[in-house]
Amino acid sequence: MSAPRIGVITFPGTLDDVDAARAVRHAGAEPVALWHAEDDLRGVDAVVVPGGFSYGDYLRAGAIAARQPVLRAVIEAARRGTPVLGICNGFQILCEAGLLPGALVRNAGSRFVCRDQRLRVESGATAWTSRYPPGTEIVVPLKSMEGRFVADAPTLTALESEGRVVVRYLGASPNGAINDIAGIASADGRVLGMMPHPEPAIDPLTGPSADGLEVFRSAVDAVARAVTVTTAGPRRGSADVG
Amino acid sequence: MPRVVVDVVPKPEILDPQGQAIVRALSRQGVRGVRDVRQGKHFELDVDDDVDAETLHRIAGELLANPVIEDWTVRQL
Repeated sequence: MSAPRIGVITFPGTLDDVDAARAVRHAGAEPVALWHAEDDLRGVDAVVVPGGFSYGDYLRAGAIAARQPVLRAVIEAARRGTPVLGICNGFQILCEAGLLPGALVRNAGSRFVCRDQRLRVESGATAWTSRYPPGTEIVVPLKSMEGRFVADAPTLTALESEGRVVVRYLGASPNGAINDIAGIASADGRVLGMMPHPEPAIDPLTGPSADGLEVFRSAVDAVARAVTVTTAGPRRGSADVG
Repeated sequence: MPRVVVDVVPKPEILDPQGQAIVRALSRQGVRGVRDVRQGKHFELDVDDDVDAETLHRIAGELLANPVIEDWTVRQL
């Protein structure tokens, strides 16, 4: 089987697309550049929406990007089960697009937070975390101003009871996120949004750890499993991770 | 051409650190009696005559405001 192709979207103001493409390559997949103004995903097997300040955070962080042509294609792909990862501004974009519930608002301390952040991966039952045994502690960079996850009480109850809180902050809260939530997944476990950045943490030489690499390796596994299932014929539900 | 105003504010249950910073700044300036500030956004739209109220509310609720965290009002000047 040839290497999975993982798309990385660039909007005006995206910063971390190059790091995301590098992480995809380190994980053994082929990064494919996707452009905000096109609604063509070029047949990729998975999509990364990287961080930065798309459209200068005008209106609200992620609000304009969520309404661009490429996001319409991402929403359609997510409905078919294509793995989608939103990191930082990418997480904000996926919430604004309605692919994930809740919203990201300004940090409780009113300060931009930039630090190496300790996290606990709570669930391996997603396309992006299957390589982490549940409860794994990792350290990756966090750099955000609107990083405080909020959701109404019914949404929060659903996320917690369905095991969809995938990543949680450890130690003192960096931003006041409700229940220390750093990342959440869609109900089918294919779409993951997280504020901390796994993509610069793939090599101890250039990041605080290599803890983030397994995020991208998990997606490579998920794509390989989906291909196997397709080749073997339709087996109901077997393409779902978790 | 009608002018329409959309005002957007954070929902009461959403902590507004910018509003809190303004309250503290007022206190440091010696202004007394301001207990709370909620910072929001004010939009002025010049629209064609045939843009109806339903469309305006859709614009407000689907783009100008995020209903998860914000309330909004639409009024025509």
